[in-house]
Amino acid sequence: MATTLPPPEPEVLRLPRKPETGDTGDGGWNTLVPTDANMRAIEDRSPAPSSSAIWVGIAAICMSFAALTSALIVRQGSSTDWRHITLPSVLFLSTFVLLVSSVTLEIARRRVAAFMGGQDTRVEIPRLWFYLTLSLGLLFVVGQYMAWRHLRSQGLYLATNPNCSFFYLFTALHVLHLMGGLAGLVRVIVKLSHSTLRRSTLNATAYYWHFMGVLWVYLFLLLWMRI
Amino acid sequence: MHETSVAPAVRHGPPTTFLRKHVFSTDHKVIGIQYYHLAFVAVVMGMVLSWLMRIHLGWTNAAIPGLQTLSPNGAPAGVMTPELYLQLMTMHATIMVFFVLTTAPFAAFGNYFLPIQTGAEDMPFPHFNMMSFWVTLTAFCVLITAFFVSDGPPLAGWTSYAPLSAIGKAAGPGQGAGQVIWATALGIFCIGQLLGSLNFISTVLDMRCKGMTLNRLPYTAWAWFITSCMGLTAFAVLMPATILLILDHVAGTSFFVPSGLVLNDQLVPHSGGSTLLWQHLFWFFGHPEVYIAIVPGLGIVSHVLVTNMRRPMLSTKAILYSMWALAFLSYMVYGHHMFVSGMNPFSSLAFSFPTLMITIPSTIVVLIWIGSLYGAKLRINSASLFALGFISMFVSGGVSGFFLAQPSIDIMLHATYFVVGHFHMVMGVAAMFGIFSGTYFWFPKMYGRMMNETLGRIHFWLTFVGTYCIFMPFHYLGWAGNVRRYAAFTDDFLKPLIPLHQFVSVAALLTGAVQLIFIYNFINSRLRGAPAPANPWEGTSLEWIMPSPPPWNNFGGKDPVVYHDADQYGVRTASGADYIMQNSPEMPLATADGD
Repeated sequence: MATTLPPPEPEVLRLPRKPETGDTGDGGWNTLVPTDANMRAIEDRSPAPSSSAIWVGIAAICMSFAALTSALIVRQGSSTDWRHITLPSVLFLSTFVLLVSSVTLEIARRRVAAFMGGQDTRVEIPRLWFYLTLSLGLLFVVGQYMAWRHLRSQGLYLATNPNCSFFYLFTALHVLHLMGGLAGLVRVIVKLSHSTLRRSTLNATAYYWHFMGVLWVYLFLLLWMRI
Repeated sequence: MHETSVAPAVRHGPPTTFLRKHVFSTDHKVIGIQYYHLAFVAVVMGMVLSWLMRIHLGWTNAAIPGLQTLSPNGAPAGVMTPELYLQLMTMHATIMVFFVLTTAPFAAFGNYFLPIQTGAEDMPFPHFNMMSFWVTLTAFCVLITAFFVSDGPPLAGWTSYAPLSAIGKAAGPGQGAGQVIWATALGIFCIGQLLGSLNFISTVLDMRCKGMTLNRLPYTAWAWFITSCMGLTAFAVLMPATILLILDHVAGTSFFVPSGLVLNDQLVPHSGGSTLLWQHLFWFFGHPEVYIAIVPGLGIVSHVLVTNMRRPMLSTKAILYSMWALAFLSYMVYGHHMFVSGMNPFSSLAFSFPTLMITIPSTIVVLIWIGSLYGAKLRINSASLFALGFISMFVSGGVSGFFLAQPSIDIMLHATYFVVGHFHMVMGVAAMFGIFSGTYFWFPKMYGRMMNETLGRIHFWLTFVGTYCIFMPFHYLGWAGNVRRYAAFTDDFLKPLIPLHQFVSVAALLTGAVQLIFIYNFINSRLRGAPAPANPWEGTSLEWIMPSPPPWNNFGGKDPVVYHDADQYGVRTASGADYIMQNSPEMPLATADGD
């Protein structure tokens, strides 16, 4: 049985000339953790740190790929050894797979929200959608591996020419970041199974996964146009 | 209706084992001290390297006892070869910039005091925080292994310009394995700093206690927040750059090595790379890195001065906005490091303008400090002395920046000792003074004991005079055309400058020896210093409301409530104190000036 306590009374501040709303932190209020096995006992009273941290992390990743994009543009502009290559067709399929995985994750997220809100009582359904997302994510990784195999079969290796270098670099770094998303999904599934999932954790994982999709679409277009 | 659980906030319990308490701790205070100790080890190592370099520059043919044992190839008969000189220079700069100037004022003090000053029990992601330290320590260990590979550490300098840094072993001793180790260490370091920045930003955005509005954050909290924003973007660029450099070494790619490069009559098997690409990527990180090193110092000096002046700064907001302006402009000025790189002259103009602009926020901060100090009854102690010393170094080093900001002058001064003097004063020594100021100021809180004040003052005056003796002559040497990175001065026009180099070397050795006073004071005070009260400096910010040292959960499990900003000095209160702490609901009766 869940612990039921009244919400804390707001502190009375004497000095402020205007009400301290909006721009104040919430101190310990946002540190609520589940105290028992009932996921519905959790209520996000305020944005958890993961809500802002995920955007901070995404900003850092954006900077890294922006730096690499500028490197690609500078390298292409200054070289005489730029040879265009045809992207492996499996990449179109893996792009589709990754975009579909975003949809399935969004469905899962909404199902969990419905469960937390009490509109739905079946926790198995969102879990299935999470498993599907995870499978699609793994399928995407396999697709990237097949693309690398395809290039290698054509004699195009990392150092063959700068186009190949950037292709392998971008795809490998994206997969590396995507692995983080897969780990996040596994964590969500485990927490869901133990009924200790926080909505902020779920949201952060979902935002990251969607970002991985957006980032891949950007990289795919970049590679398609430039390489 | 669903149940609502509001269990008390506990991110991690009290540490129960030695390992959890002192080694793999998730407590931000322990992690801060771990960072501080790492910086301590690193600065000693970096200083010893600088001693070896200075002895060699002063007395080029002198044998240095023991050096042959340490580096048989680099110092036959104990006399340093030019290659070893460059290797020591590279390691000195890398260690100092990354593991001292970034680690101590930002990661060490920031970790310890940012959560406390925001009223939080800990960082939002304590395990990431712990990981950030261990990753940084790993980076340091990886870097040090460069001393032990066959050819030794790299010799391309901390900027590691391509193609020298990218073509491998053929470029010289240390340019093979040593350079790869260097790049790997920096890549790992970036991961640690990104994890740290993530925590810092989230702490300020999400973990502030009730009543702690952004406007009420102390200067230091703002400085660390701004620095973490810079770190997040700067290190995110350096990391992929190091990956590209490593790939050029180990995978045969050609990101930075141009085609047709002939080395030792051999055509280098790379094609089409851009040497300027490395410079762009590196300096896009490198110039913000200067501010990553110095902005925490601005915060520490403001914090120390306002506490010791016993009155608020002339304008708190101007200082904060100036720090933001420095952070923003730091990304727009990086090209001034590349005036002579061969890039378009119009680019030089474009980078010169913001470089001159960036002096404006720096000047505003300094003028506010000086204006606030004017007429103030400053409490003279080791912390405030080093804060004043910071201002002196920052101004002296900053003034030479005006010259270097102009492409026409920079063409002559580029790669001379003038540049070395400039950045050592404005970035190196000034930041070190900030670290010393912070150490004397916060030591009682961190370790629960007071430092010896007399030794602190002796340490300050000898260090202050010593650093001027070292670095001011560098400016003269630069004007005289003394090129940097030369291991010996054999040209006729440089020979007359050797006595000045000998003077600088003596000053460096003595100033380095003076630091033994600090080390003695630090260790002795740690063991036998007088017990520190909770608020020895009568400060207002939240670190002073808790015992010294603080308990593991900072505020004893009770979140503080803040009613004031941290500038409530020079006020009259019912209790007779001239300050009001941030968590006190007391109202000031009137300011001491009668306003």
